[in-house]
Parts: sequence; C-alpha cells; structure tokens
Amino acid sequence: MAEPDRHHDHDHPHAETASPARPGYYEIMETAVRELLVERKLIGADEIRHQIEVIDSRTPALGAKIVARAWVDPAFRARLLADGRAACEEFGVTFYDDTDLIVLENTEKVHNLIVCTLCSCYPRPVLGLPPDWYKLKPYRARAVVEPRAVLAEFGTAIPDDVEVRVSDSTAAVRYLVLPMRPKGTENYGEEELAALVTRDTMIGVTPAGVEARRTAQ
Amino acid sequence: MSDPGVVPALGEVPLFRPGDKIQVSDRSPIGHYRVPTYLRGKQGSIEKVIEPALVDNEEEGYGRNAGSKRHYYRISFAMMELWQDYAGSPHDGLRIEMFESWLERI
Repeated sequence: MAEPDRHHDHDHPHAETASPARPGYYEIMETAVRELLVERKLIGADEIRHQIEVIDSRTPALGAKIVARAWVDPAFRARLLADGRAACEEFGVTFYDDTDLIVLENTEKVHNLIVCTLCSCYPRPVLGLPPDWYKLKPYRARAVVEPRAVLAEFGTAIPDDVEVRVSDSTAAVRYLVLPMRPKGTENYGEEELAALVTRDTMIGVTPAGVEARRTAQ
Repeated sequence: MSDPGVVPALGEVPLFRPGDKIQVSDRSPIGHYRVPTYLRGKQGSIEKVIEPALVDNEEEGYGRNAGSKRHYYRISFAMMELWQDYAGSPHDGLRIEMFESWLERI
C-alpha cells in the first residue's frame, strides 16, 4: 500500500481475500493462454466475462425446478427420461458446451450415482459448477470401486437388494440423477418440492428428503 | 425408411445393437483418450446406441479428422466383472459411454 488507509488505522488483523500462495502450473498456463488470445484479438475481455456470466447463471436451483416438474407431471417426466437435453431445453436451459444429457431415474430397485473418473465432467448447463469433492481424486477413484462405502460416508445407506448403478462420464454425455420423490410430500406444490432437491441429490450421493432442504450449497 | 437396394457405406450404420456383448480394447495408445484404463480389456454389453453419431473428440483433440463422427454407445458392466473383490451387491453395475473404435465383438 502506498498510503496508509484511514479505515485501517487500527491494528486488528484482516483475513486475506486473495490466496497468498504462488499460482500453480495450470493457473499460469491459463493466464498465459488467455493473455495471448486477447493480445492476438482472437477473444476479448467481454467474451471472457460473458462466459463467466453464463456459468454463474447455472445453479442447482435450475435442476431442482426440472426435478420438481418431473415429480408432478408424468408426461414431462417421460420426456425427460427419453431425451434429457430436449426436456431441459423446454425450461430455457441451453447446452452451451454441446453435451448430451441422460437423466437417470432412482427407483425402489436402482440407485444411481454419477462420477467422472477422468476429470470433472458434470451437467454444468443444468447445475453449474461441480463441488470441489466431485473434482478430487478420492471421490473419483472410490465412486467406481466402492460406491456403497462412498455413499455411506454421505450418510446414504442403500439396501443390498437395491442395485447401485454408477455412471462414469467421459466424452460427450452428462448425467443428472432424478431422485425419488420423498414420501409425505403428496400435498406439496411444485416450488415446495423444488426446495427439497439439493445438488447432492442430483449427483446421487444423497436421497431427497423433507429434512434435507436446499440450504448450504 | 431405407430402400432395400441401397447399401450403406462402412461406418454409416452402428456395428452393435443393444444387448450385444463386447470387450473393451486393451490398448494403451499414447495421449489423451476417453476410455479409463480400469475398463480396458473388460467385458460388458451394449445398453444403448447414442444417436446421432458424435464427433470423435479423441481424434479431434489432436487436430486429426476434425469433425469426423463415430458411433457412440452406452455400455453396461457388472461391478463383479471390474473388481474381483467387489464388496457390494452382485447386482451393482457401472455404465459408461465409448466410441465404437474401442469395442470388440465377443
């Protein structure tokens, strides 16, 4: 700081708002490539900002609305299971990354879980950015080897007679789990139902429940 | 409807149908491929043909045959096939999508 800041005439410490650590290899690579592209006028700052706005506009609330609609509207549910992308497009969701979407329905017989063992493929057009744990190696490796142990760590116990079905995203297809509608919600409206659908229920690590409302995401 | 007299070119029609048994090629080409190594050489079956055929991004990633399409499949594996000591229900399974270029008929 060049001059003392009047507001900071006191001596209590403030939390760092930026990471003090040196940038890593990929961070430096990203900055270098971005600056080169801008310098060569291949993309501009406006386009970069716009793409950030695109990503920020996608949140689990979008997916939750779609799940709630599927719970109350059997015809929509059928369309969603037949062609996930087209059904989400009915809600105005655009697939800016040109990925396909398979919607996996949880039932009394099958519990679906999604993972990307290779990297962090995720239904971003519908849910936004994935949680950090989804991108880290422990989840990615263990979800396909010991899915029941991973689910148990999320507090989800799947009975032995229910098939655990793990879908591993790779190139061009993304998945969204359609959780089971919780019991006791027969009188709920669509908005109340949507509030029960958390991000984790659409990844398949937890079931939707009346006690697991969408709060800390 | 297809005319019975019209012969489709190689690659126009998917080689596999739902229910067909397959084995994933056990190859280790150098570079970035979208078939996880834990599945190479494993046996499964075709669950669904993903239509329409998709741009093969394994090739596109290297600037080869950019824009060329390959048939793409959703494939089903039993967890017991993948992991000998799998600790879970014998009904548990795994699904994944792969390009036709990785699939061998068995």
